[in-house]
Amino acid sequence: MSVYQKNEVIEVKTSRTLSLVVDNQPGTLARVIGLFSGRGYNIESLNVTEIDKIRNLSRISLVTRGTSMTIEQIKSQLLRIVPVHIVRDLTLEGPFIKSELALVKLVVKGANRVEALRIAETFRARTLDVTLSSFVFELTGKPSKLDAFTDLMRSLGDTEISRTGVSAISRGEKTETKLLDQI
Amino acid sequence: MTLNYISGAEAVIKALVDNEVEVIFGYPGGAVLPLYDALFENKKIKHILVRHEQAAVHAAEGYARSTGKVGCVLVTSGPGATNAITGLTDALMDSIPIICLSGQVPTHLIGTDAFQEADTTGISRPCTKHNYLVKDADKLCEIIHRSFHIASSGRPGPVLIDLPKDIQLSNVKYVDKISKIKKINNNNSSNIDENLINKVATLLLQAERPIIYGGGGIINSGPTASKLLTELVDILDCPVTLTLMGLGCVPNTNKNFLGMLGMHGTYEANLAMHNCDVMLNVGARFDDRVTGRLNAFSPNSKKVHIDVDKSSINKVVSVDYGIVGDCKEVLSALIKEVKKLHNQKTIKSKTKWWSQINQWKDKDSLGFKQIGNNIKPQQAIKSLYEQTKNFDTYITTEVGQHQMWAAQYFGFSKPNHWMTSGGLGTMGYGLPSSVGVQIAHPKSLVIDISGEASFLMNMQELSTIVQYKLPIKIFILNNEWMGMVRQWQELNHGSRYSESYTASLPDFVKLAESFGIHGLRVDNINNLEATIDEMINIKGPVIADIRVEKEENCFPMIPSGAAHNEMILSSDDNNKDTSNEGLALV
Ligand SMILES: Cc1ncc(C[n+]2csc(CCOP(=O)(O)OP(=O)(O)O)c2C)c(N)n1
Ligand SMILES: [Mg+2]
Repeated sequence: MSVYQKNEVIEVKTSRTLSLVVDNQPGTLARVIGLFSGRGYNIESLNVTEIDKIRNLSRISLVTRGTSMTIEQIKSQLLRIVPVHIVRDLTLEGPFIKSELALVKLVVKGANRVEALRIAETFRARTLDVTLSSFVFELTGKPSKLDAFTDLMRSLGDTEISRTGVSAISRGEKTETKLLDQI
Repeated sequence: MTLNYISGAEAVIKALVDNEVEVIFGYPGGAVLPLYDALFENKKIKHILVRHEQAAVHAAEGYARSTGKVGCVLVTSGPGATNAITGLTDALMDSIPIICLSGQVPTHLIGTDAFQEADTTGISRPCTKHNYLVKDADKLCEIIHRSFHIASSGRPGPVLIDLPKDIQLSNVKYVDKISKIKKINNNNSSNIDENLINKVATLLLQAERPIIYGGGGIINSGPTASKLLTELVDILDCPVTLTLMGLGCVPNTNKNFLGMLGMHGTYEANLAMHNCDVMLNVGARFDDRVTGRLNAFSPNSKKVHIDVDKSSINKVVSVDYGIVGDCKEVLSALIKEVKKLHNQKTIKSKTKWWSQINQWKDKDSLGFKQIGNNIKPQQAIKSLYEQTKNFDTYITTEVGQHQMWAAQYFGFSKPNHWMTSGGLGTMGYGLPSSVGVQIAHPKSLVIDISGEASFLMNMQELSTIVQYKLPIKIFILNNEWMGMVRQWQELNHGSRYSESYTASLPDFVKLAESFGIHGLRVDNINNLEATIDEMINIKGPVIADIRVEKEENCFPMIPSGAAHNEMILSSDDNNKDTSNEGLALV
């Protein structure tokens, strides 16, 4: 039932990294994801794990893309979700660190094996598994670094890739402890 | 069983009582038998047996909206829960506080496709403010108390609690209601700061062409908010218009009230919105039925938006000032500031603005001609209003033309007396909703203004009405068409009336009689008044089959994809073809 017109003003979409603290209970993640799918927002990266066993809290690090109006909507919609306690816009808050882990399996024989190891070394990837015809490398760092590494590996042979998605945290001494104590 | 322990089901009922529930609307089934057992001969909670779970939720909505309390629903697992989904979505869209208890198969069978198992929390997640599956009996009481808080605080909404049968049968220790539940996120916390209030008050006082546009949030905030809004209107002497959900916040007789705005709003309300220089939105959400084409919506105004829900602000229309807070708190702060500033500065003269508005009023956009013997639907509503305005009258509606005519021609002088499905537009809402209203207000006159097609969607509730001797008056504007669909087909699809004729209608009088209640029929304007009188004077429930002009259209109208200033006042006005983009809109 919409009389909404397509927006005529084209505003630039930027990538934003959000950091959420939520109750670690069934349904919370479904609500967060349902919000994105139901309202047509996109998720570029998502990473969730429990961070506080006593208070039963999880952190969701989430990368999304949109105009500043859309991002503001996303943040206020997220805050409406009952088990969502904190929504931080790290991109807006200031300097922050984004890191991700990748596991890359490469099937490779012959001369390319040496090349693969050399590249891995340059990237400071760890070698977790070796057979005569394959490697598994582990690499952490910025998503762009992981992209570059996986691209190179692909050109050397058949690959299988598993990435965790971005985990993010702000720089400096600011913490959420005070806010969390109120939960 | 130790003395301190009670069954989960008993704990649920006790928790409801602690949360001041007096009435619960429900329908039994295997997965809720322990709960029904706990309700058996319970003196504190009255159970109303509806005839369909959708109706249970609508009845609870009518109860909630006409009282300001939380409405309560009890349904069984599987089909009981899925039947309730439309009602829950309706409550979510219109911000109605509802608690829905649903039965579930025992925890050890969840996920096995057990008999009458459905993933109720999964299905209801997008249509509830929050929901719970209770897997741990120790958490049961706390979850129920919390649910009431969630349903009624901030922007209200439905909360569903899924109760596996083994949890209902387990032994639990009752946990009392905690006084305050905190939530640290700041979404609902208000930002009413002096500076902002001062800026907005100044803006309002300096405005040459201000308008206040109020919505359902004012009703949710309680009757005080309505009084405050009317006070602000009087102080500023500015025009005020209300959304469909807001009708009644300002008395229809108030001289500054321009009527409803939006797709079927008055000419003066929409043009005043279009031409204003300052717009104050109180508890409305710039719904698409209200704004018309967004890029032409009130192009030259400064906009202020008051809402409890931060996510409503800047969602579709960017505003200059957003105030997050409960309507009555913001309004009272604003009135104080306006009064203070008013003493120092003089209000800008609005003579020119009012004379402009009066010119628009002269168009008489709600004018119609009652000629011949056929009853014009507009006249039917007008007469109904005239003949019931001295009673404490509550109106519910279904969805369609009759709903819009009710909004246009019935006058609402108080909040909480008008129950309609606004956001979802659910046909079949009105009849069950009237059940909830009449239960809450046994002495009042409750009328469901209905369309013949909508009536058929939940007419099984006649049985509920008879069982509880509810003297509800069902006022069917019978045009033999899904009138609103027919109207759109006429205007947008070259009068190709595909499947919009309501064929094979029952004889409504005989239908009434088969339920042992009164049925009336009128098809001549000369008998309309007498029929309405008879309907009011009959003690019990009545179905009044009001045969109205069949092909009457509802005007004025903002065609889809058009702007406020592109309203059409009659069919003759519709000379422009709807744009392709407009055609795609609903
Ligand atoms: C459950 C549901 N299904 C379909 C619709 C679409 N719809 C809107 S109005 C309408 C026709 C309603 O007809 P009636 O109840 O006779 O009212 P009238 O418009 O004739 O006054 C329909 C089918 C709806 N709003 N709700
Ligand atoms: Mg009809």
